[in-house]
Amino acid sequence: MAFKITAFVHIKDQRIFLDKQEVFSLEGSRELNDFLKEAYTALDISYPKFHKMDGLSKLGILASEVLFKNRHIPSDTGLVFSNASSSLETDKAHQIAMQGIISPATFVYTLPNIVMGEISIKHKLQSENVFFISENFNPALIVDYTGVLLENSGIPAAVCGWIEWKNAEYDVFLCLVSREGDLVFSAEQLEELYYFENERSAN
Amino acid sequence: MKDLYLLDDAIVSPFGISTEENLEAVSRNIPGLKLHKYKSLPKGELYAGIIETDLLREAFIKIGAPEKFTKLEQMMLLAVHKVIAANPGLNITDTALIISTTKGNIDVLRESSPFPKNRIYLTELAKVIKNFFGFTTEPVVVSNACVSGGLALAVAKRLMKAGKFEQAIVVGGDLVSDFVVSGFNSFLAISDEPCKPFSADRKGISLGEAAVAVLVTNKRPAGVPVISLIGEASANDANHISGPSRTGEGLVRSMENAFKQTEISVQEIDYISAHGTATLFNDEMEAIAFNRLGLNEVPLNSFKGYYGHTLGASALLESILTKHSMLQNRLFTSLNYSAHGVSKPLHIINENRKSALNYALKTASGFGGCNLALIFKKEENGI
Repeated sequence: MAFKITAFVHIKDQRIFLDKQEVFSLEGSRELNDFLKEAYTALDISYPKFHKMDGLSKLGILASEVLFKNRHIPSDTGLVFSNASSSLETDKAHQIAMQGIISPATFVYTLPNIVMGEISIKHKLQSENVFFISENFNPALIVDYTGVLLENSGIPAAVCGWIEWKNAEYDVFLCLVSREGDLVFSAEQLEELYYFENERSAN
Repeated sequence: MKDLYLLDDAIVSPFGISTEENLEAVSRNIPGLKLHKYKSLPKGELYAGIIETDLLREAFIKIGAPEKFTKLEQMMLLAVHKVIAANPGLNITDTALIISTTKGNIDVLRESSPFPKNRIYLTELAKVIKNFFGFTTEPVVVSNACVSGGLALAVAKRLMKAGKFEQAIVVGGDLVSDFVVSGFNSFLAISDEPCKPFSADRKGISLGEAAVAVLVTNKRPAGVPVISLIGEASANDANHISGPSRTGEGLVRSMENAFKQTEISVQEIDYISAHGTATLFNDEMEAIAFNRLGLNEVPLNSFKGYYGHTLGASALLESILTKHSMLQNRLFTSLNYSAHGVSKPLHIINENRKSALNYALKTASGFGGCNLALIFKKEENGI
């Protein structure tokens, strides 16, 4: 039973790519929030809740919006996400708030899996979720786990990959995996696609 | 999919640093939630399940230097140590390490913490455990809110299916930290008395801390009764990030999907270990979900009355307690239950009793709308 990479999205350095094609970029060095807001507007997303989210969830919403556009996404599409820093940026915000007024609206984002909850709400996905923490993007873990989910848990599709946010840096690489597409869903393929952005910058 | 068998385990909690001490306390219905002075709360006190640092240190000093490790690390190392010590033939280089936690060493964020700041990363916590025992494979870290510990068992089973390894130690742990206490307090979710799951007078959660470790394998051990994980599924509510679905949709889906992986029907479940946090919304949601599947007459308890909510450890802790309930054919009282406080009927266990337990269901739910269902089976002296 062969699964394929149907589409993939990158978000890094103020640029968003779908299948290696740039869909949005912002020139000049800007704050993360500027980039997120400009991208939200440019992608024509109308979802006021977006503005209440933390950076990680905003990145996830932008990525899923690009990935899911003009596609039917089944409600039992699983989510297999990973990163290195968990929810550290929001953890720091809560830690600072502990000196004064604590906001439950911040605290709730001090878990990395909340971004999967936000994407699930936005796109009505009622399926498998897991959030792995690893030092670097680990394509083998993602492919092994997602592969078993697709083959044994009866789910037709999954979104899997990496969503990291630390200090001003962010690095998102998410793949939609299903039976459709030309690219084989393998660790080698995932690794190659993930490093596309870095190679492109080097050239 | 090949089953996952639960072998030796260890629980480190306010009740002690072994599974035996924990089972003894639970079987005697001893409350583990005590009133602690808690400076950072306006009230200055908190009912919680907190491990005494001195007792932990006394136990830890036999295996390592306490000053080198955070409290959580000491707890998790002790739990893993117990499991390894019980299995002298275990080849650590063939054994995977799977770690579940929500906040790990979050208290290292405090400026006054004596530990290096990089210990805040969950991958550093994983490295500490890996290096202490000499595991050679990269640890797998699962951080998925309050279903983490149970999800780690599902992750172990799934990665075994992918052929990555044939045995693993799954470890879960979380602390009662100022960070988490202040956050739950801002939600007004903390009870001012020991939590009372499913009771009419419940007022919210109590927090607790624990570390739990279990050796799991995909090979059926011969000659002894054993508990296996035969069905597992998670499902998101797609409803709200900080509150459960009012219809129990995600929990219903996760239970239905877990049953689909087994050959048993809902009627064969002998016991349910519920999430039972004692918040108004959680317990109500669970009651609705269990009723939707026709599970309302199955004996059910929540272990939160004993331990409090141990966050990323809870679903693993409660799975291990479920394992021992099944092996001993004993149902343990759902502690602090008074009058029925949810809108649907449930069969809450109100006194310890013997009962044949062949199949059990463990459920958990958490922030982000996540839900998890695990189905366990007892296999008597097999091949």
